[in-house]
Amino acid sequence: MGKNETIKVALVGNPNTGKTSLFNQLTGLNQKVGNYPGITVEKKTGISKLDKNTSATIVDLPGTYSINPNTLDENIVLRTLLDNNHVDYPDVIVVVADIENIKRNLLIFSQIKDLQIPTILAINMSDQLEKKGISIDIETLKKALKTEVILISARKNIGIDSLKKAILNCNFLNTKPLAVISDRIDADFFRKIKEKFPDQHLYQSWLNITQAENLNILKGDEKKAVQEFRKDGEKLKALQHKETILRYKQINDILKKSYKRDISKGTDLRSKLDKILTHKYYGYIIFGLILFVIFQSVFDLATVPMDFIDEAFAKLSNWTKGVMPGGKFTDLITEGVIPGIGGIVIFIPQIAILFLFVAILEETGYMSRVVFLMDKIMRKYGMSGKSVVPLISGTACAIPAIMAARNINGWKERLITILVTPFTTCSARLPVYAIIIALIIPQKRFLGIFSLQGLTLLTLYIIGFASALFSGYLLHKFLKVKSSSFFVIEMPNYKLPSLKNTFITVLEKTKEFVFGAGKIILAISIILWFLASNGPSDFKNAEEILKSESVNQNIDSDEYKQQLASYKLEHSYIGIMGKSIEPIIKPMGYDWKIGIALISSFAAREVFVGTLATIYSVGNNDENNTTIKQRMAAEINPETGGKQFNFPSGMSLLVFYAFAMQCMGTLAIVKRETNSWKWPLLQLFGMGILAYIAAFITYTFLS
Amino acid sequence: MTTTIANLKVGERGVIEDLDFDNIPLILLEMGCLPGIEVELIQIAPLQDPLYIRVNDSHLAIRKETAKHITIKKF
Repeated sequence: MGKNETIKVALVGNPNTGKTSLFNQLTGLNQKVGNYPGITVEKKTGISKLDKNTSATIVDLPGTYSINPNTLDENIVLRTLLDNNHVDYPDVIVVVADIENIKRNLLIFSQIKDLQIPTILAINMSDQLEKKGISIDIETLKKALKTEVILISARKNIGIDSLKKAILNCNFLNTKPLAVISDRIDADFFRKIKEKFPDQHLYQSWLNITQAENLNILKGDEKKAVQEFRKDGEKLKALQHKETILRYKQINDILKKSYKRDISKGTDLRSKLDKILTHKYYGYIIFGLILFVIFQSVFDLATVPMDFIDEAFAKLSNWTKGVMPGGKFTDLITEGVIPGIGGIVIFIPQIAILFLFVAILEETGYMSRVVFLMDKIMRKYGMSGKSVVPLISGTACAIPAIMAARNINGWKERLITILVTPFTTCSARLPVYAIIIALIIPQKRFLGIFSLQGLTLLTLYIIGFASALFSGYLLHKFLKVKSSSFFVIEMPNYKLPSLKNTFITVLEKTKEFVFGAGKIILAISIILWFLASNGPSDFKNAEEILKSESVNQNIDSDEYKQQLASYKLEHSYIGIMGKSIEPIIKPMGYDWKIGIALISSFAAREVFVGTLATIYSVGNNDENNTTIKQRMAAEINPETGGKQFNFPSGMSLLVFYAFAMQCMGTLAIVKRETNSWKWPLLQLFGMGILAYIAAFITYTFLS
Repeated sequence: MTTTIANLKVGERGVIEDLDFDNIPLILLEMGCLPGIEVELIQIAPLQDPLYIRVNDSHLAIRKETAKHITIKKF
């Protein structure tokens, strides 16, 4: 290799083989997560230094059992590897296998090898060979597979250097196919394919034909020729089955000579844990307890850092006000930008804790047991066991959760999951819930253990899940969508979560969320500040109007200053907007200030807190470091003379936020995932009407 | 005795004889569910569905509606 060269590497492999561990080991934190153009499939790339002059760009392709895709994520693998004009088309592919499931892992290896791209087989978890009673003859395997085979342990950092060396020497690898695709399947048919596409290798043509609907890269004559071969769908299907059987026959022959396993060893832990974790009573009890622990920690553990962040931003804002010269620009910074950023940063602790738990559940293999336990139940509600993953992830953010619904194979089950996921309590609702709960629920303990505030939060989570299930049931009954579904999941081995992998996942997801949602929040904060500090003539002439109304007042008194500020806010653009919707929201117990927050919440819920912070900091000349919570607690309802955030209006707000579809980001994702405006609009109006009625009933009933 | 995976009891094993390809997704074959392969029913979910099986060194969960299309010869 010459100076400063870059080799493009693609990682391919089954889920649960430690492919991502290997990716993390090769790239360290030198990685980035982006999206594939036009679709929202996560794309992970990173740089790895191979030697002094050479580095590798590594793409971690989505985990898949076969090159024939069943989901959008898996389709990425096919599209990347079959199109040599693709930006990520690799110089070398590393297929990651694990020692225990090597037979199944070799299926995708055998498919990939037939693409005639240099391919290395990396067999992971080699540190456990002895424990599992496995012996592998690498030299025989190399010869049979016609390529480099390397034993690695991504977690223990074993064999990584050998793998890097093999990547460096990828140009010398044998690219001959394993020769399954041939006249052995159907001599006549495959001869015709070869005649029609003489320039392609046979497996490429075969995939072009069988996967035409997933590829759409073909044009003109080639497309026509492919359609010709696709006429007999039944025959193609039978040939694909025959192909798979032949591949396994070959794999079995190879492994007979190179792989031995003493099955009496090392299956104990799995069966013992499975007996408890999927038990008909204990299984559900344990799952319930795990959920309870998650939600209790999210609320309890996050309080300390959240209070700290809240205080810190209040102080920062005041400090900035002190050191910067007075004027419009300073106001923008101290009243628009700083509270806006504070409103994003404040819920990092909660999001990070939630992502941490979800990552651990996935990493340990427990999530698959939950899917297994829940499938029959979820089917009653029109979903699949796999819908549990989006519904739990939805407690962090509906956007990645809806994307996770791609793993669900039937369209109807997937659609229903997408439609009901926004009911689950996402972390953007948390700051709203947190602040309102803190205002209206006393900080006491029930039976000395459970905090009342925590229990209220748990109830809101349950309401979220229950309404997701109930609407799933309704959709299942009334939605007429044709779809065939199937359900095949792997039950992986249990393993301890790796600290590094979990840390990277949590960091990435939190970063993605903060910068994704953060942009919207910050922009809205600035717009809101502008709308609150500008207005039509009444706003501009506020001082003269007030002076003429109250002749006797000393214009330097604090009372007058307060009056002026609140008069200005009332007559600003945003005040006018809030007031115009006041008649509509009054039955739910809200005033125009909350109205303003509701309007801005339709961009993203978490903006609620930030908006109130902005509204209350405009017109607050208090020199004390008052936090948002203190300001909200002090807010008086002018009509009743009591607190604005009292029990009935607070509960009504909680209910409203539990049901309403107030997230542009989610609506955009639903549009993209369902390819139609029909479904996001159904969510927007259906959930909105439900929220209004429920909040109205709550307020009327409680007050 | 010829039966289907759906009729197995926990702990019972058999060899796959035939799969009704029209009702079996390709992925199940690709995960190793093939004629001639030994299969064991490890567990049944609490509500009698899905089924947790071991086949070809893989541990899979499939629904009963799929399992009844896989004919086996019971040991």
